[in-house]
Amino acid sequence: MDSENKITSWRNYQKKIADDHYFFVRSCIRQTFFPGSERAFLTIMRDVLGRDVLDDPRHTSCTGIAYHSDVIPLQTIMTVVARHFALMTEAGYSNFLVSCVTSFGIYNEILHMWEHHPEILAETREHLWKATRREFQVPANVVHTSDTIYKFRNEIFAKAKYSLTSRNGESPLRIAEHVGCHYAKIFPDKGEGGAEFPKVLSGMIESWGGEVLDYPERRHCCGFGFRHYVVRENRGYSVANTRKKLESLAPLKPDLILANCPGCTMFMDKWQYTLGEMEGVTFGADGRGIPVLTYEELAGLVLGMDPWELGLQMHQVDVEPVLKKMGIVYAPEKKYLNAGGQYIGKPMVPDYCCL
Amino acid sequence: MSVNPKKRVAVVGAGVAGIAAAVALKRAGVDADVYEKESGPGGHLTRWHALFPGRENAATVLQGFLNEVKENRLDIRTGTLVTDIRKENGLFRVTTGSGECSEYGAVLLANGFRLFDAARKEEYGYGIYPRVITSPDLEKRMEDPATGLLIHNQAPKKVAFVHCVGSRDAKVGNRYCSKVCCISGVKQAIAVREQYPSCEVMNFYMDLRMFGSGFEELYQEAQEKYGINFIRGRVSEAAPTLDGSIQVKAEDTLLGCPLKVTVDWLILLVGMEPGIPGSLHDSLGLERDDAGFAGCRNKFLLPGYSSVDGLFLAGACAGPATIPDSVNQGRAAALSAIHYLNGKV
Amino acid sequence: MNGKNDKWGFHTEKSNLITLDSNDRSLVNILAEQVPSLNSCFFCGSCGATCTASDDGMNFRLVHLLLRRGELQTVNKIIRSCLLCGKCTLVCPRNVDTRAVIYNLKILIHELH
Ligand SMILES: Cc1cc2nc3c(=O)[nH]c(=O)nc-3n(C[C@H](O)[C@H](O)[C@H](O)COP(=O)(O)OP(=O)(O)OC[C@H]3O[C@@H](n4cnc5c(N)ncnc54)[C@H](O)[C@@H]3O)c2cc1C
Ligand code: SF4
Ligand code: SF4
Ligand code: SF4
Repeated sequence: MDSENKITSWRNYQKKIADDHYFFVRSCIRQTFFPGSERAFLTIMRDVLGRDVLDDPRHTSCTGIAYHSDVIPLQTIMTVVARHFALMTEAGYSNFLVSCVTSFGIYNEILHMWEHHPEILAETREHLWKATRREFQVPANVVHTSDTIYKFRNEIFAKAKYSLTSRNGESPLRIAEHVGCHYAKIFPDKGEGGAEFPKVLSGMIESWGGEVLDYPERRHCCGFGFRHYVVRENRGYSVANTRKKLESLAPLKPDLILANCPGCTMFMDKWQYTLGEMEGVTFGADGRGIPVLTYEELAGLVLGMDPWELGLQMHQVDVEPVLKKMGIVYAPEKKYLNAGGQYIGKPMVPDYCCL
Repeated sequence: MSVNPKKRVAVVGAGVAGIAAAVALKRAGVDADVYEKESGPGGHLTRWHALFPGRENAATVLQGFLNEVKENRLDIRTGTLVTDIRKENGLFRVTTGSGECSEYGAVLLANGFRLFDAARKEEYGYGIYPRVITSPDLEKRMEDPATGLLIHNQAPKKVAFVHCVGSRDAKVGNRYCSKVCCISGVKQAIAVREQYPSCEVMNFYMDLRMFGSGFEELYQEAQEKYGINFIRGRVSEAAPTLDGSIQVKAEDTLLGCPLKVTVDWLILLVGMEPGIPGSLHDSLGLERDDAGFAGCRNKFLLPGYSSVDGLFLAGACAGPATIPDSVNQGRAAALSAIHYLNGKV
Repeated sequence: MNGKNDKWGFHTEKSNLITLDSNDRSLVNILAEQVPSLNSCFFCGSCGATCTASDDGMNFRLVHLLLRRGELQTVNKIIRSCLLCGKCTLVCPRNVDTRAVIYNLKILIHELH
């Protein structure tokens, strides 16, 4: 890998990421699968970095998954999106901070359509007014939450307790990253680093001491594919795509997989179990899975947050090997206990072991 | 200088077109100054190893051109970049990088082409993955068998060529066909097979354009004698694998199936881009064609005549051309310039 | 008649000949009117190669060609796996708005049924 040229190529795609005052919109599925991620994000932005982030509970799903599955028509999703912009406008914000890559694509796509078809924008304003009596302005800056973590990666590392290296600091953690398709493939200039060599995750990994692995199917879809997952008959397609990715990255023996999209993280994590059950294949060391983390979880670990507060016990593939490798001090016995000390249950098969 | 500037010609560029033009002018007794920005004449020919269609040794052909330069005692001003050309009162004023100005009655533009910068096709990872190289890189490597395409001193096992890199591609703004890369790809595929007989060679193409004499025959030879695999499908992306080899994705369009193959080297057949600076349009009113090459006044009746009276075109500056094309154009442009100087146009 | 006939114990094999004279090739014209860039396609296959759903048989080039030839039997089945992700649009060297074509084609087929 010629890293110098890579940097040149990345330099061509540097997007504007607002510095402060964000209106935050959550992902609809993420809090179920990786419940600590968004909370960790807010803590990092507010308490560690001192930024102003408004988390408005009236915000809803963007309906992106339903839209992509042909369940919700374009006019409807546009009106839902307009409502979110109205909430932002009413709160006096203009920087729109999106937690989900699918939503991020939706927002950018709709803004693009409005820009080229002002009549659709006018129609949407009318729909929103009729339905809710709200008005809105389009945001000045739309960024993904991974963009802001990327932007502040050095500030974060300045306060870090751990780095992405083995306990003795000798060898970097080997990390395969997967950037969600809708982050930069729809609009390459809307993603940090463009569509071919996105820097958003690899930039974090490198700044925090890890090693980025380039695997052949790095740009391939995780397999989510919306209707491919939503409709059970189609799930075979979904899992086949995930297998394609996992097969491609397994020979590089990564310590973990890092993703920036709620769906991708979920599929890369949970389908490993499914593939283990269905086909008896595993992709990590010793017949186990490869741990999958969200970038907020990774940032949280680097900053020394408690793994169980970060919700890492909710992962399908056990993440403890990563914690041990990084030399993180944690309480293994508290893994499946809630804040009140009660047992919360655990995954039936925390990771698949065919040994 | 004793010669009337009105009777002198400036030749910009000492590639094969410029040399051919200057030789023709000299033989006709017309004074010409040849400007060449590089340290020696020859242009892109100096960078090739073997030439299509007969796979002649490029060094020998180059030597032929250099002999002509010598025999005709051409005065080539090497290391001299032409930065500006203006026309005032019927005379051309040619300015060089050092600020020197000279006047001429006519100008013969033979400044050639630029190679497409393959790094712009990000999906192929040129400049990032060391095993992705361009056709000019390959020409250079083939000159030294000790380097060649050896990997840890082992012959490569699989090599793939990608046609139309930077040509016929709206995404990089080049809609035109570069004309020479198809046959270059065939020539290079053969060269690789010849050097490494056990290596499998694949050419990914959309159309194979074998327009010149001897081209189709070389293509057939590539199939019959060298067993080159021609796969109809444009490579959509390349990515490195664990050992540094390159995974290539294309569609086998004749079968209608996606196709994946891992190769030791991926060779990008880069096209030609116009070398005409936009400033000449502003200073001279030189028109360019849709592709950005210097445009001529009439494709049929006046090829080689630019939109500027007294400025003539030869070689790849006027559009993708082979060496014989460029030489012929150089001679033709020299004759046109002589007619012009003699007031016969 | 292609159906197996019990009385005869054999059937008339279906021809795989593309009969341009009788095939309905109007769909592609409607699409090209909606998305004029469709006419720029030169069937290079970049879209099919890069397609997220290519392993499932999605292939924009093939769909386009089938429409041009009026061979419509399999089109609906093929485009069902398209995710409308737009990756094909990203790589197309002729700037065909592939995604818009599929989107409009889906609407057309829906209206036809
Ligand atoms: C990969 C590849 C392989 C090829 N292989 C073959 C082959 O095998 N056989 C074949 O027939 N053709 C081949 N060609 C085509 C061949 O290279 C061209 O036909 C030929 O180089 C054109 O000659 P030219 O003189 O017009 O331009 P060039 O060779 O580009 O020469 C132009 C000259 O002008 C000089 N110049 C430019 N601007 C200025 C300036 N402002 N001031 C002063 N000097 C200037 C340049 O330094 C250069 O020396 C190949 C092309 C490519 C891309
Ligand atoms: S000559 Fe061949 S490789 Fe070159 S641009 Fe034309 S078709 Fe493509
Ligand atoms: S990539 Fe574009 S030109 Fe090539 S087959 Fe697909 S639509 Fe046609
Ligand atoms: S939009 Fe459809 S055809 Fe195009 S790449 Fe995505 S899945 Fe494939």
